[in-house]
Amino acid sequence: MTYTITVNRERHTVDVPERMPLLWVLRDTLGLKGTKFGCGIAQCGACTVLIDGRPARSCQVQISAVGARPVLTIESLPQEATHPLQQAWMELDVPQCGYCQAGQIMTASALLTQTPNPTDEQIDTAMNGVVCRCGTYVRIKQAIKQAASGRKG
Amino acid sequence: MAKSDSTNLPTVDRRTFLQVTALAGGGLLVGLSFPDVLAQRGGGPGSGAALLPDIYITIHPDNTFTIIAKNPETGQGVKTALPMIIADELDVDWSQVKVRQADLDPKYGSQIEGGSRAIPSNYQNMRLVGAGGRLLMVSAAAAMWNVPASELTTGSGLVKHAGSGRTATYGSLASRAASVPVPDQAAITAGLKNPKDFKIIGKRTRGVDVKDIVTGRPVFSIDVAPPNMLYAAFEKCSAFRGKVVSANLDEIKKMPGIRHAFIVEPAGQGNNAAVSGVAIVADSWWIANDARRSLKITWDEGAIASQSSVGYTAQAKDLAAKNASAPPPPPPAGGGRGGGGGAAIGDAEAAFKSAAKVIEAEYFFPFLSHAPLEPQNATAHFKDGKLEIWSPSQIPSLQHPAAGAGIAPENVTMHLVRSGGGFGRRLVSDYDTEIGSIARKVTDERAAQGLPSVPVKLLWTREDDMGHDQYRPSGYHFFKAALDGAGKLVAFRDYVPSTQSVVPANEFPRGFCENVWVISTAVTPFDVPTGALRAPPTNGISFVMQGFVDEIAIAAGKDPLQYRIDLLNSPAGGGPTGGFNPARARGVLEAVRDMSTWNRRGQLPKGTGMGVAFQFAHAGYVAYIVEAAVDANKAVKINRVWCAVDIGRQIVNPSQAENLVHGGFVEGMSHIMNWEITIDRGGAVQRNFNQYQPTRMAQVPTDFQVKFLQTDFDPTGLGEPSLPPAVPAITNAIFAANGDRIRTLPIGKLGYRWA
Ligand code: FES
Ligand code: FES
Repeated sequence: MTYTITVNRERHTVDVPERMPLLWVLRDTLGLKGTKFGCGIAQCGACTVLIDGRPARSCQVQISAVGARPVLTIESLPQEATHPLQQAWMELDVPQCGYCQAGQIMTASALLTQTPNPTDEQIDTAMNGVVCRCGTYVRIKQAIKQAASGRKG
Repeated sequence: MAKSDSTNLPTVDRRTFLQVTALAGGGLLVGLSFPDVLAQRGGGPGSGAALLPDIYITIHPDNTFTIIAKNPETGQGVKTALPMIIADELDVDWSQVKVRQADLDPKYGSQIEGGSRAIPSNYQNMRLVGAGGRLLMVSAAAAMWNVPASELTTGSGLVKHAGSGRTATYGSLASRAASVPVPDQAAITAGLKNPKDFKIIGKRTRGVDVKDIVTGRPVFSIDVAPPNMLYAAFEKCSAFRGKVVSANLDEIKKMPGIRHAFIVEPAGQGNNAAVSGVAIVADSWWIANDARRSLKITWDEGAIASQSSVGYTAQAKDLAAKNASAPPPPPPAGGGRGGGGGAAIGDAEAAFKSAAKVIEAEYFFPFLSHAPLEPQNATAHFKDGKLEIWSPSQIPSLQHPAAGAGIAPENVTMHLVRSGGGFGRRLVSDYDTEIGSIARKVTDERAAQGLPSVPVKLLWTREDDMGHDQYRPSGYHFFKAALDGAGKLVAFRDYVPSTQSVVPANEFPRGFCENVWVISTAVTPFDVPTGALRAPPTNGISFVMQGFVDEIAIAAGKDPLQYRIDLLNSPAGGGPTGGFNPARARGVLEAVRDMSTWNRRGQLPKGTGMGVAFQFAHAGYVAYIVEAAVDANKAVKINRVWCAVDIGRQIVNPSQAENLVHGGFVEGMSHIMNWEITIDRGGAVQRNFNQYQPTRMAQVPTDFQVKFLQTDFDPTGLGEPSLPPAVPAITNAIFAANGDRIRTLPIGKLGYRWA
């Protein structure tokens, strides 16, 4: 089946089975490897992208369900890493293995768009679905706060 | 603070020598060579092999520097830390440096990422290669300006002559440096920096791949995508090492998008072996993996299908009932740390009979899966009898993919790729063996159809990963301790029915008690594949030992922290073994006490308590104090954490070191609350994160203080030692909060949950 989807503001037409999850279309058909596979069952959040501005588990979204809604992946952020979240992530040296971080950053970006100055509780609630096996949560939270306060100023 | 147990940095083989090669266009390559390494690849100094120096530094004419990261990166930060050491001694600015990951090549010596060994085994050599490069630059400038080298200084990639005000960049000196005499090792050693002059070592330094990570560049093993690549999924038996008898391959091959489907025969050795299974290869991984649902396989599960966790536990209890009070076997010869069959010091049974107080306790910790977030995978291309492979292994080896492909190891080229976490899982390379076999078969089948070879990526699902691990062995510990009238520990016994778990023959409180018996018997049959998880064996041992020592302190009516210090102050029964230094253990305990509110814990509200634990692991000493609140519904909230760490005189990268402490603690929280692999019908029951919940952000305390003591000992690693004592510090805090002594993990099955 052919589907036309809008990823990172570009339209792509792909010919894939209708049940194929968006995650694998992004990674293997479009070659956008930034979005990661961790569990395949909506448990880890490594595959988080934004659909219509909201965080979505791309391992759970079949290609046939994407439609015209815009999809944003980690590759939509500035390649020079100038986004406040990317800056904060770099300044605080957040990653260990780094594998979860695309999902963390995309989830955080949706949070800050909705809630520019989140409380600790709002951060916890928004981020709780994204696992960091390496345990960088302390820094992720700091980085979100830093990005939020940087935006304010 | 404590005195050094070794007065010098580790010495390097005297025959180590610097290798210098001019580059066309004006650059310079600087490397180190080791005669033993040269010999391994069939040469020696002066032989042809010496023409292949293990280049670490490339000095470019534009005064930038490429530095090789020799070890694979799994998230511990070695790709940053090892080049930092070279750059500092070379005396260049970190901003002038580009880091490049080495391929697997014997010229680099050991390229293992595990056991927290990367820093201790490479620190001195990395310093020498950097310092050697700096001396070459100084010699070249001295010759050019005709001034004594002693009048020259360096910094930021420049050589400076204060007397005349002249400066020269290393880049401009590179061709000249190729012809100056190469300094010998004594000169290089004499030229090492005084550590107080370090500019990069010891500074918080961002990981070299962080920018690529936050921009989503394809830096991980799963992202490797050479042109024309196909994707493989691999179905294995749910019972460990079960074999395919037959499969409906013809049906599978007819499915849309499927290019190949075949049975993979077992190949390779031990845990690194490819086990029997069915590979499905397609244009997209999802298509290959989805076709697994249509597989019909007849398996020969083998005898393991009759084994289960329930059976192991029943047998362990049975063994304990029969053997716990039996006299111990003679102490094992040598008695390496953690190893050996047990310990028999003094007469524990006699001491129990005459003691003022005797306490007993049964402890248990379960099998664990490593669950790195990136599932196992590897990519390979078999072409013209040779295999090129991209591997995420922590112990990369040409043997395993060669065994899979049925070729000699010298016909394998291996690229090391960043991986999404290791934790010990990638110390084993079964996926490399599997992809060797699969890539060869794909090439052979294509050749039969007149098609050119293509690369293939093998990717496991999370279910494959959790179901085909080498698990942290479970542990059963049947403890008994005796106290005298003053509360002093006079006898200690640990009976261990072992499921390949390590018997803690040398563990504290051994060395601080007159009578210590550690006795073990094997649970059999036991055929679960087991292996190293971060900080083996203390990741489980610390929970049981530091938990039971806490019980002993409480039974003695003492402050549990001070009780540990008092024990450490009174060696007995032959004193400490296995390299354990009680002064360093005391140091971290005192430090964590002083940085925390331990001495005011009496003022905590009801339902809130503080726990302490320390551990000597992988040459490092770590102590935690945890403050936790537990409500009536067993919801646990960790309020505050204090951690004191002694990993010697030099932390190479404090940013990564602190991050690894956070990570060790967060992993400990997973061990405590939810992580358990149970075995049923010879296979793992839990197969994904819904059954194996990792720690999540809301559960993690933000008030987390870490202090690194700088002691006069050689620098050691931190990937591992930060985990083990986190577990008992939390369980001891739960006891302090609600009086419930945690003796079995995980506590989720005891009704606990995170608040
Ligand atoms: S891979 Fe989608 S949530 Fe884990
Ligand atoms: S940094 Fe490794 S999983 Fe988050």
